[in-house]
Amino acid sequence: MKEFTYYQPKSVDGAIGLLDAKWGKTELLGGGTDLLDLTKEYVAQPDKVISLTGIANFADIQVAPQTGKGSVVLIGAGARLAAIADHAHLQKIFPALTTAAGMIGGPQIRNMGTLGGNLCQRNRCWYFRDEHVHCLLKGGQKCFALDGENQYHAIFTQGHKCVIVSPSTLGPVLIALDATAEVQGPKGKRTLELAKFFFAPSGENEREHVLAPNEVVLSVKIPEKEGTRNASYEVRQKQSYDWPLVQAAVAFKADGGKATGVKIVLGHVAPTPLVVEAAAKEVEGKEVTDAVATAAGKAAAKDAKPLSQNGYKVKLVEVAVKRALLTAANPGKRQYWEV
Amino acid sequence: MSDPQQRTRNGPGVTRRDFLRGSGAVATAALTTPVPSLLHEAAAQKTEEVVGLGPKGVPIELSVDGAKIKNTIEPRITLLDALRDYMDTTACKRVCDRGTCGACTVLLDGKPVYSCSMLALEARGKEIKTAASLHGDGKLDPVPAAFVAADAQQCGFCTPGFVVSMRATLDKNPKATPAEVEAGLAGNICRCGTYEQMRHAIEALCKKGG
Repeated sequence: MKEFTYYQPKSVDGAIGLLDAKWGKTELLGGGTDLLDLTKEYVAQPDKVISLTGIANFADIQVAPQTGKGSVVLIGAGARLAAIADHAHLQKIFPALTTAAGMIGGPQIRNMGTLGGNLCQRNRCWYFRDEHVHCLLKGGQKCFALDGENQYHAIFTQGHKCVIVSPSTLGPVLIALDATAEVQGPKGKRTLELAKFFFAPSGENEREHVLAPNEVVLSVKIPEKEGTRNASYEVRQKQSYDWPLVQAAVAFKADGGKATGVKIVLGHVAPTPLVVEAAAKEVEGKEVTDAVATAAGKAAAKDAKPLSQNGYKVKLVEVAVKRALLTAANPGKRQYWEV
Repeated sequence: MSDPQQRTRNGPGVTRRDFLRGSGAVATAALTTPVPSLLHEAAAQKTEEVVGLGPKGVPIELSVDGAKIKNTIEPRITLLDALRDYMDTTACKRVCDRGTCGACTVLLDGKPVYSCSMLALEARGKEIKTAASLHGDGKLDPVPAAFVAADAQQCGFCTPGFVVSMRATLDKNPKATPAEVEAGLAGNICRCGTYEQMRHAIEALCKKGG
């Protein structure tokens, strides 16, 4: 690990004042689980590391009841994944979020990792994370995964020079729940829909999100909608301590047995979380039956353009979407795939 | 090590503390009142001069297994390396050093974390407990005692991580079922594969209630 100067500001302004306007020289430290990996591999070589753990209220989770229309939930960017997963009220209204947060890494990772870190972490491509590989995202000429070892890479590859998958598991859920992020930079605060938060990078001056190098995520706001049903389903190789091969996050309003306002978002299959409107259309206005959920799964996977080694993920998309929909439609029911 | 409450060891020729000043002088925008509002306390503080630590060694004091230990370390030193190489606390083991194996697990204010994946400076002011803390007053904690009784280790290198993870799981929920205890160990790996004996230890512990 290259040496650096460490800062622990007590305010967001203090942190922003230290951040460089270009990527590379400065890094924010939340839980450290991603940044320390990157610095040990010399993939990140910051001169300054700015810790966000000294900022007051940065890890708060607040639930504010709104008159007559459910509540608004505000989660500080410094909130640990374990705190989100274990939050009793969130478990009740946003099972998609608490399930997803509770499956990230193992207990140690969840005690360390933060919401902001999960949204802003770097991708898991093994070429990118190898110090000795000069790939597209490190200023190189070529994405080595395109015709290399790509079994865990994107299957929705259209228009992408770099075929990483978005590493965030909370991102797809928050998009499905219509969440917004509050972000602060040198010019002040702005509110960003989570649906517009992520970005498909193709060079060393780009990241997996749209934030400027001197912007900080403050919090994420999720509106609770009356009668909302939501779920996240992951297909993975291992039951624990694994990245999802495919994730589907769904949310809809249960309107007298019919699903309306359907959102279906895929994770870990494209360089950004992927909103699949064609799949949502299959469900809109209908009762979520096995047949409807199956049709939605097929529609979600239809446009996939897998690489040489990851065609298997296309079928997993069908399964994940179907199971997420059935889970959301039947809260508390033991499903046939559960052991 | 005559006084265990004030252990120190000189770092590798480090004598200087650098103060680098960051410019935190950014005017805060007038507070609109979002519902609800986080961070108002932090935002109210208009400017802040943030003092940088390092990159040369800086003085640090950590609370490890009940003792205050001081030394001088560079900010890039992880908690694991600070404990093992600068504070003579070797119960936590360095195996993968990438936050995947769990051998470095310590309890930070009672919660298991990977000491390899956090900076030592981040652990200031927190209570750090390693596997060595499970031997207070000469009496072995029930968790490592169950490991001994069930012969739940082979080479033993992962064991200090497993026992603190298990202790934390049972502290959080003394009535945990064997399956719940196993879920609490999801972040630890044993390469000798002594999981079956660990299951015996877990069953015995759950019967006794932690």
